[in-house]
Amino acid sequence: MSKIVLTVDDSRTMRDMLRMALVAAGYTVVQAEDGVHGLEVLAGSNPDVIITDINMPRMDGFGFIQNVRGGEEKHRALPILVLSTESDDAKKQRARAAGATGWIVKPFDPVKLVDAVRRVAA
Amino acid sequence: MEMIAKETTKPRELISFIIGKQEFCVDIMSVREIRGWSPATPLPHSPAFVRGVINLRGAVLSIVDLASRLGLPSSEPSARHVIIVAQVGSQIAGLLVDAVTGILTVTPETIRPTPDVASEMARSFVKGVLAIDNRMITLITLDHVLPSQELEAA
Amino acid sequence: MDAMAEIKQVFFQECEEQLFELEAGLLTIERGDDDPETVNAVFRAVHSIKGGAGAFNLTDLVHFAHVFENTMDLVRVGKLVPTQPLIKLMLRAADILADLVRAARDDETSDPGPREAMAVELKAYTPGAAPAAVEAAKPVKAKVEEEFVFVPTKVDFADLDDLNLMPTLHFRILFQPSAELYAKGNETTILFRELSRLGSMSVTCDSSKLPALDAIEAEGAYFTWSVDLETSEDEEAVKAVFDFVEWDSALTIELIESAPAEEEPFVFQPTMVDADLLNSISDVPLEVPVEAAKPQLALVASKADKAAPSDDHAPADKKEAATATIRVDLERVDRLIDLVGELVINQAMLAERVAELGLARMSAVSIGLDELEQLTREIQDSVMAIRAQPVKSVFQRMPRLVREVALQTGKTVRLVTEGEGTEVDKTVIERLSDPLTHMIRNAIDHGLEKPEVRRAAGKPEEGLLKVAALHRSGRIVIEISDDGAGINRPRVRAIAVEKGLIAPEAKLSDEEIDNLIFLPGFSTAAVISDISGRGVGMDVVKRSIQALGGRISIVSRPGLGSTFTMSLPLTLAVLDGMVVSVAGQTLVIPLTAVVEILLPQATTVHNFGGNSRVMGVRNEFIPLIDVGQVLQYRSEDIDPKMGVALLVEAEGGVRNALLVDAIQGQRQVVIKSLEANYGHVPGIAAATILGDGRVALILDVDAVVVDSRAEFASSLPLAG
Repeated sequence: MSKIVLTVDDSRTMRDMLRMALVAAGYTVVQAEDGVHGLEVLAGSNPDVIITDINMPRMDGFGFIQNVRGGEEKHRALPILVLSTESDDAKKQRARAAGATGWIVKPFDPVKLVDAVRRVAA
Repeated sequence: MEMIAKETTKPRELISFIIGKQEFCVDIMSVREIRGWSPATPLPHSPAFVRGVINLRGAVLSIVDLASRLGLPSSEPSARHVIIVAQVGSQIAGLLVDAVTGILTVTPETIRPTPDVASEMARSFVKGVLAIDNRMITLITLDHVLPSQELEAA
Repeated sequence: MDAMAEIKQVFFQECEEQLFELEAGLLTIERGDDDPETVNAVFRAVHSIKGGAGAFNLTDLVHFAHVFENTMDLVRVGKLVPTQPLIKLMLRAADILADLVRAARDDETSDPGPREAMAVELKAYTPGAAPAAVEAAKPVKAKVEEEFVFVPTKVDFADLDDLNLMPTLHFRILFQPSAELYAKGNETTILFRELSRLGSMSVTCDSSKLPALDAIEAEGAYFTWSVDLETSEDEEAVKAVFDFVEWDSALTIELIESAPAEEEPFVFQPTMVDADLLNSISDVPLEVPVEAAKPQLALVASKADKAAPSDDHAPADKKEAATATIRVDLERVDRLIDLVGELVINQAMLAERVAELGLARMSAVSIGLDELEQLTREIQDSVMAIRAQPVKSVFQRMPRLVREVALQTGKTVRLVTEGEGTEVDKTVIERLSDPLTHMIRNAIDHGLEKPEVRRAAGKPEEGLLKVAALHRSGRIVIEISDDGAGINRPRVRAIAVEKGLIAPEAKLSDEEIDNLIFLPGFSTAAVISDISGRGVGMDVVKRSIQALGGRISIVSRPGLGSTFTMSLPLTLAVLDGMVVSVAGQTLVIPLTAVVEILLPQATTVHNFGGNSRVMGVRNEFIPLIDVGQVLQYRSEDIDPKMGVALLVEAEGGVRNALLVDAIQGQRQVVIKSLEANYGHVPGIAAATILGDGRVALILDVDAVVVDSRAEFASSLPLAG
């Protein structure tokens, strides 16, 4: 069974790039377009890792992480990587405070992305 | 250059047909299919040699009365007439003729220059003549068989 | 096309959407809407463009988007008030961003002048308003510059050799995770697995802090781990493993000694990691099931196995239900449309054959055939819907056009668009853009007055331009209306006389004068400025609309403004037609043109002028056009009483009666091009294939009317 990664990003370009990199590395990719959609997709799928953007309509990445951490028991400890163009510590701290497992700086190098996913995937 | 070299050595295949009492032929490469006559829908404001348009498996193509086009006396088409569906440039047209007589395989040297009795028709259509078994067959080109844009606007 | 190029295409498509959002958002804010979500959406649009541009190494775009984003961020966090000048500036910045996107898409280099000037203007807002934010932005910018490089790292073979000779280092790592670490989805097991990739290691666990069983909290953390690692990697690599957890654990990494390089640094010794131990580790965060950790052992075993986290390369499809759209080649859709066209024709042929059999209306065959017809039509509609797109893609180019033309003409214009979700065939959309652009230019240039003139006329200085799309009786209607001065009729008339388009003494209604602007030869240097100019007059607009099977008309009220109305078919593939007989021929007349069916009487038809006839319809005399004569099917007039007259409305609302021999019925027909294998035929719009397999011509009502009008006019005394 290939591992499942849920990607949450409002940009089709980013979703496509994430998918390309992850599928090439053998992952199965499930996509959502914003936080609200992400929670819906999460409820119906069983991802091993979540990658989420921060700036999104309806529910942003912070809100999404908080909801995952405070939600269903089986998803609470899921590794969540944050995609962010911001690489400063303040943003990392905020992502961490919200419960992110790790982060990936955009634009990402596919090798580093796959590396980061592997580093958190159970 | 290469094209010319090929043309002068390779035998060509031609389709021969009859209009009235004369025999003509065209290059087989331009012929798509041969079918029987079916009534055409006349086109308003079109030259007399355009018989109208027919439906060929969903495509609308015009029928050119080749007799009329070549300046020969033409007759009302009947079920015995034949339509040669041919590629003319980027378009497809149906050529109305009396009957198809066969396929000729000729070498380029068989084709003689057009006799010097050049009429208007000869200048624009005739590419040469062939003498086979005492028959004289005129080789024509289809390049100008459809009405030109100027004609059609008139 | 490779995957990356495909994504790049998606990126540019998305950029267009983002640019539209950006512009629409800014316009909303300009109108005084201060919904924070609008500001967020605007910010996100620029942010997304920047993000994607970074991935494709589009430096100019990244830089400009970054400056833009910074200014916008200040508005977002409330440090900068979106004043009208600032919004105007941002709208212009949005235009420059759009230019950059298009330049990048077309692989062109754009003039750096405008964007650099704009960047300076944008930056001017950042320091004064919030110095702190600028400081914060700086390092980010530096970061962006170094990070958008998306190229594989170059590896020199010499370096690789060096790597092999790297000395083995021996690290002792003391690691004490906090409960937080588990709460965020990290796990000691995984961290150790990562460490084991670096070299060989042994792990010991200090469980002395483990409380009595009844005091153990499910999500607590009680262990301190000690790891001895032998690796050829440096300390940075070891630290990187703990990158995500450094705040949630106590961590010390200590270099103990350098081992000699000859000790085969890359060989991993699995025996040093005890499988049971790894399993027991995974027991620590109690909520994590043991099974989850088990498969890891296979991975731990080899450092060389860098490729995939799993060998399972099964297609990644079953979990992708989230995507609701697919991309299909246009060619395939068009092939399908062609086939459905054939189906429609075949169905019609079948119906005709069955009708010939004279079966009862309620016979099983007839009923089945009716159902087939129903289905065929539904299939056709569904297939057509695939090609349908909202007019949004054309409309979204309009705000910028309006801004530019307004700037050039010194007018203030507010653009209101409506119905941008209205769908129409893709080809129609593509060919709509040019005429629409021209009409908008025309409306601003000629329709709207300058602010001072408007003020003097007691109107608001800001002119209103409305572009609306809607569906009306099976066609798409686009209205372009302005609240300007309306058509200057005396002037238009004077020009038309001067150009010899009408006789000086010609009596024309207001409506007829308004429609003079569509005449070829009307727009000349005397009336066109460089805005509406570009060598195109309204006659060209009209022709291009007609080429689409459309009509255009104008309604103008002096002092109040003008409304141009374009009406176009929803698709260029089928039309609803009235099948008629004329001189033994079968013709199709587009149903949309037909207003009414009239039966001519001896008392209602009158000869007029030379060889023209008119028909009295409710106190009005309407030119009667014999279609058979216009199309040269016959040279003699037929007795109107023997035929049927169709009251048709051509563009501009001009009414005529078309005389035909008989009406056969109404039918949806598939449009076949005559141009493909022949050429244009005057008075004929296209061809179609009827149920009997024969070709029928589709009448070009507008052309026939215009043609005979000219003849009609020449038979009248006034135009000589």
